[in-house]
Amino acid sequence: MPEARLFLERRSYRRRRMMDAVRMLPLVCTLLWLVVPTMWPNGLQDDTQTALSSALWYLFMIWILAIAATFALWRRIRRYEGTGEAAVDTATQAAEP
Amino acid sequence: MVSLNQLIAVCLIYVAGLFLVAFLAERAALRGRGGWLLRSPLVYTLSLSIYCTAWTFYGAVGYAARSGLEYVTIYLGPSLVMIGWWWVLRRLVRIGRAQRVTSVADLISARFGKSNLLAVMITIMAVVGVTPYIALQLQSVTLSVSIFATPETGSGTAPQISDNAAFWVAAGLAVFTVLFGTRNLNANERHHGIVIAVAVEAVVKLLALMAVGAFVVWGISGGVSETVARIDASPIGTWQTSASRWTALIVVSAAAFVCLPRMFQVMVVENDDERHLQIASWAFPLYLLAISLFVVPIAVVGLELMPAGANPDLFVLTVPLSQGQSGLAMLAFLGGFSSATSMVIVATLALSTMMSNHIVMPLWLKLNPPAAQQSGDVRDVVIRARRLSILLIITLGYFYYRASGGSGALAAIGLISFGGVAQFLPALLGGIFWRGATRMGAVAGLSVGFVIWMYTMLLPSFGPGAALSAAVFEEGLFGWGMLRPQALFGITGLDPTVHAIWWSLSINAILFFVVSIFSFPTPLERLQGAQFVNVFDHSSGPARGWIASEGGAEDLMIMSQRILGAEEAQAFFNAQAAQQGRRNAPPVPTPEFVQALERELAASVGAATANAMIGQIIGGQAISVEDLMAVADESAQILEYSSRLEAKSRELTETAQELGFANEKLMQLSFQKDDFLSQISHELRTPMTSIRSFSEILRDIDVLSTAEKTRYATIIHSETIRLTRLLDDLLDLSVLENGQVSLNARQVQLHDVIERAVTTAQASSAHVLDIRRDLRTEDVMLITDADRLAQVFINLVTNAIKYCDADTPRLDIAVRREDSEVIIAFTDNGSGIPAEAQNLVFEKFARLNAAQGSGAGLGLAICREIVARLGGDIRYLSEGRGGRFEVRLSFTSSREENQRLLPV
Repeated sequence: MPEARLFLERRSYRRRRMMDAVRMLPLVCTLLWLVVPTMWPNGLQDDTQTALSSALWYLFMIWILAIAATFALWRRIRRYEGTGEAAVDTATQAAEP
Repeated sequence: MVSLNQLIAVCLIYVAGLFLVAFLAERAALRGRGGWLLRSPLVYTLSLSIYCTAWTFYGAVGYAARSGLEYVTIYLGPSLVMIGWWWVLRRLVRIGRAQRVTSVADLISARFGKSNLLAVMITIMAVVGVTPYIALQLQSVTLSVSIFATPETGSGTAPQISDNAAFWVAAGLAVFTVLFGTRNLNANERHHGIVIAVAVEAVVKLLALMAVGAFVVWGISGGVSETVARIDASPIGTWQTSASRWTALIVVSAAAFVCLPRMFQVMVVENDDERHLQIASWAFPLYLLAISLFVVPIAVVGLELMPAGANPDLFVLTVPLSQGQSGLAMLAFLGGFSSATSMVIVATLALSTMMSNHIVMPLWLKLNPPAAQQSGDVRDVVIRARRLSILLIITLGYFYYRASGGSGALAAIGLISFGGVAQFLPALLGGIFWRGATRMGAVAGLSVGFVIWMYTMLLPSFGPGAALSAAVFEEGLFGWGMLRPQALFGITGLDPTVHAIWWSLSINAILFFVVSIFSFPTPLERLQGAQFVNVFDHSSGPARGWIASEGGAEDLMIMSQRILGAEEAQAFFNAQAAQQGRRNAPPVPTPEFVQALERELAASVGAATANAMIGQIIGGQAISVEDLMAVADESAQILEYSSRLEAKSRELTETAQELGFANEKLMQLSFQKDDFLSQISHELRTPMTSIRSFSEILRDIDVLSTAEKTRYATIIHSETIRLTRLLDDLLDLSVLENGQVSLNARQVQLHDVIERAVTTAQASSAHVLDIRRDLRTEDVMLITDADRLAQVFINLVTNAIKYCDADTPRLDIAVRREDSEVIIAFTDNGSGIPAEAQNLVFEKFARLNAAQGSGAGLGLAICREIVARLGGDIRYLSEGRGGRFEVRLSFTSSREENQRLLPV
C-alpha cells in the first residue's frame, strides 16, 4: 500500500471518504432499483396493485437523485485532483490465490 | 403528408450532412486540430449513446405498450454500470489504454495469454449475437419507411417496399461504414469521423424523441397531470412486471452494456482520457433518463389513439402522423433512422475489426508463412478484410431479418442479442479481477454458455418448426424432457427470457470458475493476468516477452512498414533508436523495444496477431527467462525471504549458543574465583587462628614457664612461616599465571639441577626417602632457568617424601631422551593417586588428603605453570603400582630456547 500512515490529514481523509461514497453509490442504487421494485405487488398474487404512475415516479426520482449524487461527487473529486490522484488509483489489489 | 420520395430525399440530405461532419472531423483530426471537440467529454458521452438504438427509439415505446414499465430495465442496467464506473469501467478503460486493446475479443484473448482460440470464439459469438440486433435496426427502418409508404393502414405491412427498403438501407449503411470505418488503420483504432457522426446522431435522436414526447404530453394530453391520469387509466396502468423478469433484465442489460462490441469500441477503445469516464458517469445516465422519460406517455397515448391492430413499435411515428404533424413525424423518422444507422455503423466497425484481427489476419499469416521477407503492404490485406467483414455482417443481419420475417417485437429481438453478448461477462470480469482465471476456464464457460443461449434463446426465436422442430419444443432434444429449450432440467413455468438468461449465465459462470480452479495457466497467461488485475499497481511494469537477436531489427522494420505504413514505421523506429541513444542506426531489438513494437502493431491488428507476427520474425520463445522468473517471482520471493529468515535464525541460534558457552565459562570462572577465595580464606584462617590464640595466651597469662613461652612462640613463628610460604606461593602463582614472570635462561647441567633439588628436599624433611638415580643419563645440557626448574623438582621430591605411603619409600628419578625432548620421570613406590583425583592434582588447592599434609595445595599448580613457561609439560601417569610424574622439556638450539623462554 502506498501510504503506511494510519491516520491522514483532513484533506486526504475527506478525499478518501468521497471515494468511499463513489464506491457505495452503485450498491445503494442497485438496492433501490433492483430489489425494491421486486417487492411491489404486481397484480398476480392479490388485488392490491401499484399504479404505474407511482412506480414511474419512484424509479425516475431515484434516477435523478443518483445522477445528482454522481454529479456532486464528480465535482468534489475533481477539486481534489490537483493534490494527486492517489485516491482514485488505490485500487483494491486482487492477489493470485 | 410526406411522400416516399420526399422522405428519401430528406434521408439522403441527412446522410450527406453526416458524411460532411464525419469528413471534416477526420480531416481536422489528421491535421491535429479540433482536439477540444473531438476529445471532449461531451462527445465521449454522446458517443456512448450508441447504446440507444432503434430498439430504444421505436422499440421502447412498443415495449412499454406491451409490458408497461419493464422497458426501463434496459436503461437502469447501463445507468448502474455508469454510476458504478469506479468498479468495472475505470479498470476496463485503464487496461484498454495500457494494453492498447482493439476490441472486447482482443481484451479477453490478451488477458488469457494472447490466445487466438478465445479471440476467434468471441468474434464468432459476437457476430452471431449481434446479427439479430442489426436485423432489428433494418427492421425498424423498413417498418418506418413502410408507414410513410402506406399511411392508411398504419400497421406497416407492405412487403415489396419493406424488402426493397431493407436492402437499400443495408447497402447504404455498408457503404457509409466502409468509407469512414476503414479509411485508416491508425493507432488504437480511433475513428474520429465516426465518433463525431455518432455524437451528432445522438443529439438528433434525443431531440426527436423528446419532441414527440413533448408533443404527446403537452400537445395531445394537455399537461403533466393529465398525462399521469391517462397513464393510470390505460391498460398498462398498473405495475405488472414479475420480479424475475425485472431482475434478469436489469442484469442482462448491464452485462450487455459492458460486453457489446460496439459499446466496448466507444467506451474503451475510443476513450481519450480517463477523466471523461467520470463525467460520463453522471452525464450518460442523464441522457438515458431523458431518452426514456417520454416513453410511457407516448405508449399510453398511442394505445389510446391508434387502432387495435396498430404496431406499437411505431407509435413514435404514427401518433404524430395521426395528428397531422408531418414535420414532427419527419423528425421522428430521422431520429429513428439516426439511431439505427449509428448502431449499425459502429457495431459493424467493431465486429469487422475483430474479424480481421482475429480471424483473417491469423489465417493470412498462416497461409503466407515467411511473411516478413515479402514486400508489399499488409495494411491492404487488413483493410480489405475489414471491408469484407462489414459487408458480411450487414448481409448476415439482412438475412436474419428476412428469415425472422420482420414481424417480431423489436425489444424481444434485442434481448436475444443481449443474452448472447452477456455470455462474455464472466470471462471479462473474471479476467480483470481474478488472477486465478484461466484460458481453459474461459473457453469452457464461454462455449457452454453460448451453446445454452443458442439453444434456449436464439433458435427458438425463429419459432417452432423453423430452426428447432415443434417436437423439440414439446419433448426436448432427443426426446429428453430435461432438455426442452424453454424448460431445462424439467423446470417449467419460467419466463423464456429469464430461463435462458439465468441458465446460460449461471452455468457459464460456474464452469468458468470450476475449470479455472482446476486448470493451470501458462506462464504468459499468468503474466498477462497479473498485468490486468494489477493494472493500477504502478510498480508492475509491462510484461517483457521477447528475446531478440541483433539480426532481427531489419526484418522487424520491413514488417512494421507493411502494417504501420512506411512513414509511421520509420518514425517509430527513429524514436525508439533515439530513446536508446543511437543516431543514424536502427534500434537494438531489446526486449523493451520489441515489446513497444508489439503494442504498436497490436493497435492495428490486435494483440494475438501482433504477437504471432513478431513471433514469426524473432522466432524466439515468447517467454523469456526473466518472464518465467517474474512468474516465479512470488514463490521466489517467498523462498528467498524464508531462506533469509532461516539464515538469520541459524545465526541467532549460533549466537545464542556462543552466548550460552560464554555464560557458562563466566559462571565457571565465577565459581572458580569463589572457590579460590574461600580456599584462600580457609588457608589463611587456620594459621591465623593459632597465631591469635597463642599470642593471646602469651599476652593474658602471666604465669607461664619459659618453656611454655618458647613453645608457644615457636608455634606462632612456624605458623607465620607457613603463612608467608602460602602468600609467597600465591604471589608466585599469580605472577606465573599472569605471564609476568621473567625467566633467567642459561645453559645448565640437568644433573646439577636434580642434585640441588634432591639435596634441598631431603634437607628440609625429617622423613627418609631412598632416592635412586642413574647419573649417566643425567648428563644433559639444557638452556633453561635452573632455579625455576629446581623449584619444580624440589616440589616433586618433597611430595614423594611427604605422601609416599610405602613401608620403605623409594623414588626413582630417570632421565631419558625422546626426539628433541628430555623426559625426567619421578616414580615412587607408593599407592599413587586415586584415579578420580588424577585430573585434579594440578589444580589450585587440590589436596588429596587435607588432614595429612601441611601444604596449601598450590605446589603442583605452580609446577605446571613453571613448566609451561619453560616450554615443557608436566603430567601424572599411573603405571601399575606407584605414582609417576613426568616432566618433559625440549632441548633445542640455544637461540630457539632463548626465544621460547622470553616472557610470554
